[in-house]
Amino acid sequence: MSSSSPATAVPHDGTDAEARPLAVAEATVLGLPVSFWPRILAPIAVGILVLGLWEFAVRWNEVPSYVLPGPLLVGQTLIADWGTLSASLWVTLRITFMALAAAVIVGVALAVLFTQSKWLEMALLPYAVILQVTPIVAIAPLIIIWAGDINLSLLICAWIVAFFPILSNTILGLSSADHNLINFFQLHGATRWQMLRYLKLPAALPYFLAGLKISGGLALIGAVVAEFVAGTGGSESGLAYRILEAGYQLKIPRVFAALLMISLSGIAIFLATSLISHLLLRRWHESALKREN
Amino acid sequence: MDTAYLSTHPAAGQESGPPLVSIRRVSKQFANGTIAVRDVDLDLGTGEFISLLGPSGCGKSTLLRMVAGLGSPSTGTIDWPGAGEDKAERDLGFVFQDPTLMPWANALSNVMLPLVLKHVPRREAEERAAEMLALVGLKGFEKSYPRELSGGMKMRVSIARALVMRPKILLMDEPFAALDEITRHRLNDDLLNLWWRERFTAVFVTHSVFESVYLSQRIVVMAARPGRVMADLDVSAPYPRDELFRTSAEYAHLCRLASGKLKEAIGA
Repeated sequence: MSSSSPATAVPHDGTDAEARPLAVAEATVLGLPVSFWPRILAPIAVGILVLGLWEFAVRWNEVPSYVLPGPLLVGQTLIADWGTLSASLWVTLRITFMALAAAVIVGVALAVLFTQSKWLEMALLPYAVILQVTPIVAIAPLIIIWAGDINLSLLICAWIVAFFPILSNTILGLSSADHNLINFFQLHGATRWQMLRYLKLPAALPYFLAGLKISGGLALIGAVVAEFVAGTGGSESGLAYRILEAGYQLKIPRVFAALLMISLSGIAIFLATSLISHLLLRRWHESALKREN
Repeated sequence: MDTAYLSTHPAAGQESGPPLVSIRRVSKQFANGTIAVRDVDLDLGTGEFISLLGPSGCGKSTLLRMVAGLGSPSTGTIDWPGAGEDKAERDLGFVFQDPTLMPWANALSNVMLPLVLKHVPRREAEERAAEMLALVGLKGFEKSYPRELSGGMKMRVSIARALVMRPKILLMDEPFAALDEITRHRLNDDLLNLWWRERFTAVFVTHSVFESVYLSQRIVVMAARPGRVMADLDVSAPYPRDELFRTSAEYAHLCRLASGKLKEAIGA
C-alpha cells in the first residue's frame, strides 16, 4: 500500500527553489485506495452482526411479528409489498426533490438579495428565522387548510424545513470572500454583477454545498412529517401514510419496510449531495483535499 | 568600491517633465483617530523603480493603497498628470502581500481576470494571459490551481495578473515578505528583469533595507507615528543588477548608507 509513483517532475527554469506538493498515488483495489476499504467494510461488518443478533433474538424469544419483526421478515415484506411501497416512495421522493429544488432557488436568490441590500436583510431575515424555529408539526395543519391542495401543502412544509440551511449558509459564503480580492476587483472596475459572478458566488459555493447536504435530509424529513400530520394521502399516498395505515392494521413488518425505505432514501440523498460537493470542490477547496502530512 | 553613493532626490515638483503620479500634502486619518500618513509630498516619475522603506506602522501601505484608489486621502490630493481624469482609465497593477488568488480558478483564469472584467474577448484574453505567465516563468502551469503551486509560484501568478493589462504603474505591497530568502532573491531578480524590459513605473513597499537597495533607483524613507517621509534618496548603482551586484562591496556599502539614513530618519 506504500507503493508510490515518482513525483511529478517540476521544470525549474526560472521558477523558484520550492518544489510543488508531490502527488503520491496510493495502491488501489477495485478502483478505491486500499486505506479506504476499512471505511466501507467496517460498517458493513457491524451491520451484519447487529442484524444477525436481532434475527436470533426475535426467533429465540419467539417475539410475535406485530411487536418486533425480524430483519428477514422485514426483507420479505419489502419484496412482497414492493408494488405499493415503491409507488409511495416515488410520491415522497417527488415532494422531497421539488421541495429541495425550491429551497435551493429561494435560498440562493434570497441570500444574493440580502447581500446586495443590507436593508432587505435586516427587514426579512428575522422572518426567515421565525419560519425556521417554528415547529413544522405545529403549523402543518394550518398550511394544509390554507393551501387547500394536499400535495401543495406537503411541498410547502418540506420547503420550510429545508430552505433555511441553504439561506444562512449561502449568506455566510457570499460575505466571506477574501477582502483583498474584493479590493482587486474594485481596482479593476468590476461591476456589482461581475463581483457577484466571478467572486462572491464561487466563494460561496463550499458554504452553499454544506447547506445543501443538510437540506437534502431535511427536505425528506419535512415531506414525511408533513404527511404524518396530514394523515391522508389524497389520490396518491407517500410512505408516511403507508406507515400510519400499516400501523393501524398492525402490519408491523410493513411499517419497518417503509421505515427502511425512508432511511435508505435519506442515505442516498446524503451520498448524492456529498458526491456533488466533492466533484465541485475537489480541485481547490481545503475540505476536499487530503492532508499531505 | 567607493564610487557608490546615495544622493538626495530633488524635492517634489522640481523635476523636469511631469511625473506620472503627483502626491501633494496628503494626510490620512482613520476613523479611530490614528494618523496613518501626514503631509506627504511625493512625485512618482514615469518609469522609475521606487521603494517605500520604513518600519511597520509608518503608513507606507496606506500611502500605496491611496495611490491605487483604495481609500482616499483625508486631506491633500493625488493627481495623475500623465493619465486621464477617469479613475477607471488609470492603468495600474497591484500586488498584495499575499498572492490573493481565486482558489477556485487555475493560474490562467486568475491571470485573465482583469481582462475578463474589461470584456476582452475570451480567446484574446487567454492568449495574453498565457503570454504573461510565460514571462514570469510559469509556462506549463496554466492549468494548475493555486493550491498546487508553491508560495513563490503563487506570487508569480499574482505579478502576472497585475501586469496583464500592461499598466503604466505596478504597485507592490511587501509582496515577497512571506517568502524564504532564496525564493525572494529569485523573484527580486525576475522582477527587475521584467521592469527593465517592460518599463513600467514600479512602487515597491518594503521594510527591508537590503531589498530596497537591491531593487530601486530611489528609496523613500518613511517614519512612523505619524507616517511621514523623512528622506528621499537616489541610488547610484547602475542596472542591470544581478547576483554579482548582490555580493559586491558596492552593494554592501550602499546598504550601510541606507541603513544609516533609515536609523537617522526614524530617530532610533
